[in-house]
Amino acid sequence: MVEENIPDEQSEEDKTKFLFIMKKSPHGSTYPQEGLEVILIMAAYDQTINVLFTDDGVFCLKKGQDTKGIKVKDFSATFKVLEQYGIEHMYVDRQSLEDRGLKESDLLTGVELVDSEEMREFIREQDVILPF
Amino acid sequence: MLFTVNKSPFITGNLKSCLRYVAKCCPILLYEDGVYGAVAGSTVEPMVKEAMKNVTIYALKEDVNARGLNNLIEGIKLVDYDGFVDLVAEHNVCPWI
Repeated sequence: MVEENIPDEQSEEDKTKFLFIMKKSPHGSTYPQEGLEVILIMAAYDQTINVLFTDDGVFCLKKGQDTKGIKVKDFSATFKVLEQYGIEHMYVDRQSLEDRGLKESDLLTGVELVDSEEMREFIREQDVILPF
Repeated sequence: MLFTVNKSPFITGNLKSCLRYVAKCCPILLYEDGVYGAVAGSTVEPMVKEAMKNVTIYALKEDVNARGLNNLIEGIKLVDYDGFVDLVAEHNVCPWI
């Protein structure tokens, strides 16, 4: 009989902590869409993944984007389903939102508003930061 | 965590938003056009000086020299490429690009 050598499931502490920082507007460059693709790829590796939307990155989550006229894919819908891919939290910087005249109700659901002060320790604790 | 900024603070809000996220003990490295944030007498100087009460700000010497910047905010530390490598080796990096 072949002995199966299945590694124990990684404990939460052993997982690498990834933070994606989305700080660019959705249709001014390809960064946010590429970031989203990397998030989806990384989600397959069972590590700890969080996303922070700050600066113009908060525009990625604006409801009601209609990109038919500029003939590009509306990838904002994909942000809504990230939770189902095992992404832990989608944080949105409150100050960035207010600076841009947006309210929480303007955004797609499933996000958590945070203050940059709250995020300072959190950022320090991360193993890998990926900016998009 | 080492925060890095490479864009001019007069074109983007990167430096400003980076300063909001920097925890007290995290250093910041300015390089490429980010070094314009280190110039004395600019409109961003008060913001940079305020941040320097809590954090160390480095500027990459080669980029400073390339741009002819000779009047930097007092307390900004210059590092060369070797120093850049040392900083990156010592810290995780949060590129604020």
